Amino acid sequence: MSAVEIKNIVKKYSTKKTSVTAVDNISFTAERGELFGLIGPDGAGKSTIFRILTTLLLPDSGSAALLDYDIIKDWKEIRNIVGYMPGRFSLYKDLTVEENLEFFATVFNTTIKENYELIEEIYKQLEPFKNRRAGKLSGGMKQKLALCCALIHKPKILFLDEPTTGVDPVSRKEFWEILKRLKTRGISILVSTPYMDEAKLCDRIALIQKGKILEINPPKNIISKFERNLFAVHSPEMFKLLMDLRSYSKTETCFAFGENHHLVVNDSSISAVDVKKYLESAGHPKATVSNIEPTIEDCFMHLMSK
Amino acid sequence: MTNETVIKTEDLTKRFGDFTAVKKISFEVKRGEIFGFLGANGAGKTTAMKMLIGILKPTSGNAKIAGFDIYNQTEQIKKNIGYMSQKFSLYEDLTIMENVQLFAGIYGLSDDEIKQRSSELIHKLNLQNQADKLVESLPLGWKQKLAFSLAIIHNPRIVFLDEPTSGVDPITRRQFWNMIYEAASNGITVFVTTHYMDEAEYCNRITILVDGVIKALDSPAALKEKYNTSSIEDVFVLLARGAKRND
Repeated sequence: MSAVEIKNIVKKYSTKKTSVTAVDNISFTAERGELFGLIGPDGAGKSTIFRILTTLLLPDSGSAALLDYDIIKDWKEIRNIVGYMPGRFSLYKDLTVEENLEFFATVFNTTIKENYELIEEIYKQLEPFKNRRAGKLSGGMKQKLALCCALIHKPKILFLDEPTTGVDPVSRKEFWEILKRLKTRGISILVSTPYMDEAKLCDRIALIQKGKILEINPPKNIISKFERNLFAVHSPEMFKLLMDLRSYSKTETCFAFGENHHLVVNDSSISAVDVKKYLESAGHPKATVSNIEPTIEDCFMHLMSK
Repeated sequence: MTNETVIKTEDLTKRFGDFTAVKKISFEVKRGEIFGFLGANGAGKTTAMKMLIGILKPTSGNAKIAGFDIYNQTEQIKKNIGYMSQKFSLYEDLTIMENVQLFAGIYGLSDDEIKQRSSELIHKLNLQNQADKLVESLPLGWKQKLAFSLAIIHNPRIVFLDEPTSGVDPITRRQFWNMIYEAASNGITVFVTTHYMDEAEYCNRITILVDGVIKALDSPAALKEKYNTSSIEDVFVLLARGAKRND
């Protein structure tokens, strides 16, 4: 029995003028206890998948089950075993921190006290503000409260829709540390994110673009399947360098990547020395070229360009 | 980049009651510079930016934007800057062309200029066949490219970008930065906030704001050397980890 098993799910949104296929025949399985990531930009279909799996939205076709409960037939059971943190802040702004938590506990027929140990670590940081209205909390605090509310009924599967979007790098790191610890408690977690660097923190990831899955694998397998030579290139004139690399006959793709440009060549015999020679002739005497291992973002962009 | 200063702040401060959101920040930005404004959630970035674009009065300190004073020349400031944010950038229920014409009109272009610039812009973005479609039908990345083009349609001295690439796919994100480079090489100063640390590397200089105070201000390379780290993310974490505030 898998935590999540989805088969051939299709979901279209139609208005009078347009029709968009948000989820285009997607199938995958997430195992129990797994931290599974849906990685993709806005519009990839991540939120739609989450809403279908949490029984908030019906698919046009296909089937899905959570711990063998069918998302259509067994929707009532599913709502008891899942915790869901939507992408948009969805708590009651005019209730206090404590009232929100109390409300969610009551809805699920439990009490804060009963499951306190599960949320203790996160809630401790909120406790000084427990009488503050949720609408008046900071972004980071809202996110932590939403996580507590999604956990208070001790769900078996947790759905987190872009919990770190718009969150600064320090808070993002802390949030992923919390997820790692929740995982050790046996909770299966599906998390979506547009930040490719977070992919490596998942057990397995699905790279999604425009409603389709580009690839599903553990992050390190996705990286090892990138069967091209990749170079990091730097020179004092980065914008000119980008243009010059793009007009190099051996270039497949070249993109800016922080302090370097990442160059994928179309010929496996090309070495860093060859690239350097070309750049010297193109007016970059100070260019540095080194062979590097790809990141998930390189892989994603490579799959997108295919 | 030239030596002409287009943004100059001196001890700029904003207090809300007994809370100091921005505390004595001073910096200068040159014409054509790409200036990255980084900080943790709640560090004071939005408050600082609101003061710089002339929609929030500072408590104390001074600043000049494109040569105009932020206390009493806010209308001139608004004519000389462009602004785009991640949250609101375009009217979804207007067509692409209607958005272009609306923004060009708001920025005070004449009818002839509106006609000429909107057709240039549509061609440049290769949106000829979609000009009559509603903006809501565009993918996010395209919306953001269009929004950026509109923020500079009146050829401002400075463009302020508030997390322009949040949630945008990695290829479009880079195309967006090409547009930023191009604008900067045409002499438009770019003032940008982002949570993507790789994008900080594309800036000429960056500041890192922690609890309302500028903790670092230099080129990405100089900051990495100073803090002896291999990435801006490490510099950021090092400086922001001790932050007391969180929004």
